[in-house]
Amino acid sequence: MTEPGPTIVPGTGEVVSSGLEGMLGVPRQQVVRRLLRRPAGLAGAALTTLFVLTGVLGPALVPHDPAAVVGPSLSSPSLAYPMGTDALGRDLFSAVVVGARTSLVVAGLVGVLVLTIGMVVGTLSSWWGGWADDALMRLTELFQVLPRFFLAVVVGAIFGSTLPLLVLVLGLTSWPLLARVVRAEVLILKQREFVDAARVAGASGPRLVVREILPNALPAVSAFLGLVLAQVLLIEASLGFIGLGDPDIVSWGYLASQAQRFLRVAWWMSVFPGLAIGLTVLGLNLLSDAISDVLGSSR
Amino acid sequence: MTLRYLGWRLLQVVPTAAAILLIGFLLIHAAPGDPVLALAGQSGDAEYYAFVRDKFGLDEPLPVQLATYVGQVAQADLGTSYLQGRPVAEIIAERIPATLLLSVTALILSSVGGVALGAFAATRPHGLRDVTATGATLAVYAAPVFWLGQLAILVLAAGLGWFPVQGMTSPRSDATGMAAALDVAHHLALPALVLASQEIAAVFRLTRVGLLGELASDHVRTARAKGLAEWRVLVGHALRRPLIPVVTVIGGRAGHLLSGAIVTEIVFGWPGLGRLLLSSLQSRDTPVVLGIFLVVALFVVVANVGTDLAYRWLDPRVHYR
Repeated sequence: MTEPGPTIVPGTGEVVSSGLEGMLGVPRQQVVRRLLRRPAGLAGAALTTLFVLTGVLGPALVPHDPAAVVGPSLSSPSLAYPMGTDALGRDLFSAVVVGARTSLVVAGLVGVLVLTIGMVVGTLSSWWGGWADDALMRLTELFQVLPRFFLAVVVGAIFGSTLPLLVLVLGLTSWPLLARVVRAEVLILKQREFVDAARVAGASGPRLVVREILPNALPAVSAFLGLVLAQVLLIEASLGFIGLGDPDIVSWGYLASQAQRFLRVAWWMSVFPGLAIGLTVLGLNLLSDAISDVLGSSR
Repeated sequence: MTLRYLGWRLLQVVPTAAAILLIGFLLIHAAPGDPVLALAGQSGDAEYYAFVRDKFGLDEPLPVQLATYVGQVAQADLGTSYLQGRPVAEIIAERIPATLLLSVTALILSSVGGVALGAFAATRPHGLRDVTATGATLAVYAAPVFWLGQLAILVLAAGLGWFPVQGMTSPRSDATGMAAALDVAHHLALPALVLASQEIAAVFRLTRVGLLGELASDHVRTARAKGLAEWRVLVGHALRRPLIPVVTVIGGRAGHLLSGAIVTEIVFGWPGLGRLLLSSLQSRDTPVVLGIFLVVALFVVVANVGTDLAYRWLDPRVHYR
């Protein structure tokens, strides 16, 4: 273990810490190394990497156009069609691989929205304190009790289900947890010596927050962001399953909904899309848990 | 718990409920086309639209409309389904018992199961049973609920034939009394288990962590030193404190439980709100969809307050500002 107290990274002058109390002094590479030493951390990182790579490269790698009829209908998994074909004879493997991009786009864009709103609300809340803090936290609670799934259903029913709209609804309703975490982190970090030091050196409020505090809150924030995105992916899949996915885009939830009518004759139509969702969500959960563990155990 | 606190906490519901109504109102007015379509459905005739327009004051200025809308909802008037020609509130009310039966059964199964599994795992930390239980709950927690349902149908219903595949009752069954109740229970078992498995992980984790701390504490050691049987130490002494936060988790996941119930119903053809939601989506019956959202959202708010109150009652040390 390293000695307590802030560590300045040579060259950048950056102070490295996480907010979960006590990670001050552990360089970021070491966090990553500890993360990957844990079986859960390694598995989570591997699954998440696989998901991201499939999402980025997938459409370039698949053997068939997922919309093209390429074989006999409802044929079980074989060498030619590793995950079988659907009722029209389309290759399910290609569809599952291409579907990863939809999930990745949703997770990525919702992630950006959630991080931005959560950071702004959490930082302002803890920085201002007083009645502004109270008001912002009430607002956070309000968004926290909104049933996201049902709101997304209504919006989809009224405005039509398109990907941008879905991202907007899920992004605008999924930030409360992040705002709370950022707020708690900033409350702890702003009392640290290195923040005092920067303040004495003449740094302004916004500069203190952006350059000194937020970078140090990132590890803890990323742990919770992973959990939020895992939930978002499950909601997106459920929406696709009840027919509220974007009709022009292949998604895992949509594929699973197609399986419902053929459950008795084509198990593969349900098993593989579901497995893809489950493994992706599992990866994000494991990674987030491992990050929290690493941060917490160095207390 | 003082009456003053109770009143204050209930008062807090007002802004939240108001915000939910405002969202409903804004959605109606932001909808493409005439707002009357969102209140009366896509396929009404001119005379009917004029009636709804008048009832919801759609020709008045917006603030008046908002007041009228809130007034109507407060009287449980959620508009009319043109498709069925009946009030939305009536249609929703018919479906609530089936959804409630499924959700409450799943809630009981997951609470009891989660606590039992947590105790099972925590008494041998890092042993085989702990690792197995933790791994299994992690896996189930990550799986989408419709997929668990489909797998359960594939293996247990269609495959082994232990459970019926669809519905709430056997078709063409004229069973009554006990036989009818057993028939419903037989249909209920699989969807309730699937829905419960989603919730079990959260309860399990909290119980396990709380119990691990508790089993190492002084009062548990004292209880053991008295010579109590291990199960009595567990149930009578160690489990008490960890159960308090479990209550909040159960209550805080009301929205999650209901969205899970909706999806589970669709997989199993269970005749509750989920089936209603699906058919309303397919027939573009917007008033019903909007009504379900309002009912669920308001229910979740109430469930949250109820949880807070229960928490405070169970643990008088807790103080909310």
